[in-house]
Amino acid sequence: MADLEQFRAETRAWLEENCPKEMRAPMRGEEDICWGGRRWKFQSEAQKVWMERMAAKGWTVPAWPREYGGGGLSKDEVKILKDEMKKLGARSPLESFGIWMLGPALLEYGTHEQKALFLPPIARGEIRWCQGYSEPNAGSDLASLQTKCEDKGDHWLVNGQKIWTSYADEADWIFCLVRTDSKAPKHLGISFVLFDMTSPGVSTKPIKLISGKSAFCETFFDDVKVPKQYGDNVPAVVGTLNRGWDVAKYLLTHEREMIGAGGGGLMGGRGAGEVAAQTIGVEDGRLADTMLRGRIASMEIDGWAFLLTLERMKDEAKAGKGMGAKSAMLKYYGTELNKRRGELLMDATGSDGLEWEGERSEDGKLARSWLRTKANSIEGGTSEVQLNIISKRILELPDA
Amino acid sequence: MPLVLTEEQEMLRESARGFLDEKAPVAALRKLRDSNDGTGFSRALWKEMAEQGWAGILVEEEYGGADFGFVGAGVLAEEMGRTLTASPFLSTSILAATALKKFGSKAQKQENLPAIAAGDLVMALAVDEKAKHGPAKTAMKAEKSGNGFRLSGDKTFVADGHVADRLIVAARTAGAAGEQQGLTLFLVDAKTKGVAAERTVMVDSRNAARLKFDGVDVTGDDVIGEVDGGYEALEGVLSAGRAGLAAELSGAGQQAFGMTMDYIKQRTQFGKPVGSFQALQHRAAHLYSELELVKSAVLKALQSLDDNFGMAGVFCSLAKAKAGDVAKLASQEAIQMFGGVGMTDEFDIGLYMKRIRVAQEMFGDHAFHADRIARLRGY
Repeated sequence: MADLEQFRAETRAWLEENCPKEMRAPMRGEEDICWGGRRWKFQSEAQKVWMERMAAKGWTVPAWPREYGGGGLSKDEVKILKDEMKKLGARSPLESFGIWMLGPALLEYGTHEQKALFLPPIARGEIRWCQGYSEPNAGSDLASLQTKCEDKGDHWLVNGQKIWTSYADEADWIFCLVRTDSKAPKHLGISFVLFDMTSPGVSTKPIKLISGKSAFCETFFDDVKVPKQYGDNVPAVVGTLNRGWDVAKYLLTHEREMIGAGGGGLMGGRGAGEVAAQTIGVEDGRLADTMLRGRIASMEIDGWAFLLTLERMKDEAKAGKGMGAKSAMLKYYGTELNKRRGELLMDATGSDGLEWEGERSEDGKLARSWLRTKANSIEGGTSEVQLNIISKRILELPDA
Repeated sequence: MPLVLTEEQEMLRESARGFLDEKAPVAALRKLRDSNDGTGFSRALWKEMAEQGWAGILVEEEYGGADFGFVGAGVLAEEMGRTLTASPFLSTSILAATALKKFGSKAQKQENLPAIAAGDLVMALAVDEKAKHGPAKTAMKAEKSGNGFRLSGDKTFVADGHVADRLIVAARTAGAAGEQQGLTLFLVDAKTKGVAAERTVMVDSRNAARLKFDGVDVTGDDVIGEVDGGYEALEGVLSAGRAGLAAELSGAGQQAFGMTMDYIKQRTQFGKPVGSFQALQHRAAHLYSELELVKSAVLKALQSLDDNFGMAGVFCSLAKAKAGDVAKLASQEAIQMFGGVGMTDEFDIGLYMKRIRVAQEMFGDHAFHADRIARLRGY
């Protein structure tokens, strides 16, 4: 314990000295995230300095091993680092799909040489990755994906289309699920393959949503040649050929936890009750619209209980109980809650909330975020898929 | 504090489950009901529970208790919720013990806490006067009379009110109904002249009573806490009761859910187990999620009572609101999924619906606590 206290003191001192003032202000939104990558333009010198200093310590990915660009910190140390960053109000220096998803997959399934080649550039914010999973005809039934990856002797040849690829138009590389065996049962002919987005034959097209501009893209592969190896013992395929579904499932668990946790973000910021009190007014200590008041209070009770559940799951994980399929519960509940909150905020703001353009509404900020919440219970596995997972894996209900 | 049980608390759960399954299964409640038992619980069983340390779970060791804290008490309440065990645990070991431990005088503690821990003294808390809970609405009068007070008025929905040896009564020494200021808590012997109890047989076959106080004389020594300033103490005691009920509701809800899952796995229709139908699976999975939220809210409320008693009220309201709502849903889904047999008295599942309905009403239903939370949040 004494060691941890010393680590805390050192960490605090280092952060105090190295975190630029501008990086201690809360992020205004997604636009303040530092994503990194070849084409990344830093928002400010402070953002650049902060990322570089943290990367030099391995603290952009504190839990990863030092040899792969991480900080090599224990769970307790990572928690201390996060605590101290929070106390200082320090922003996250770098976020990316490489950190959230590819990294954990490589650490679990990659060869040493794959890790050594791909992980450090992620940690340093040099290469930005995107995720090629969904296809126009493979949504909830992801394993029916058809993007073809043929063995051409010295290279793979990829043909097909992905959809809902977040930031495909800004990413440098893609980790992609492809069909390498079309005769095998659908789960057993899929591979997890890595390639450069600047390869000839790759093109992207942004998707406009009901909420307006989005990070989503369609991604097309037209005779894309992918090398079999990027170096000694660095195959383009991660894990075993035709067993990419295992890697994908492992990653989907991560993604579910992340999206579910997003439901927690809800309770920060201005609550629906506060917003409603401002628009509608309070009489004798109660919101003037009593019907709406009850609905908001019920939502807040659920929101709070959900936050406590996230906390409990984390504490149980620390105590050595794996989360397993419970992440499906968090994903399901968190996203449904977010939709409820979006609806209530719209109810609370009335016609003000319906404005779509202009400064007053910040170009329809509220209406757009309300609409965006509708995707939460679809992306990363629909609510219905999560309920199936809970039924089968936790409740062990029989198959139809 | 991490939101998980300690090893000691886990062990308490294990031993409680073993004890209750053997000595106080649902069949025991049926027996009490069917024999029209006047006491409404088994005194012999309560004495055995006391020997296990349960009656004095909150009582300090110097008064003969186990001093296991509110999380420990909640673990027991949850387990008793699973088996629908009838006992004075809520009235005596949670409500009265909390009132005396936190707000009682030294003499009051010495006189009552050891007897509570030994299982020899049953107590009850008399708060409600109307059909819906609202402690500030207390109208019952406590007028100055000589050196003491004279109590007049009616109380209702008093758990164990007809069998309690002593009562803790909320009455108004000043102010008007609706005001928080002016309430005082009194310790009243149930045999005092002017006290009359009428047992009210409730839907859950558990103990409740209406009490009448017709000019009941008490002394200044019978005041628990401050004269006129009893609201805060009352809220503290009610918070403990709400958390205890929330834990019981969590246990009853989980048990009803577990019984339902077992049933739909084995009940066959159209040549398949009905649990294989997605129409039931998705409702089951939703209910599972809700029950997980309840567990978190309940544990947080209990831990808050142990860590920071004075600030725990809002978490107790959260737990009570959520647990009541979800346990109700669990019992409703249970009956629907059991189908026709769920409606029969022979199957236990209906008994869960009945107890859950009563427990979610006691000390404030979802609407009461949602209102409270909304006020605290400024809307």
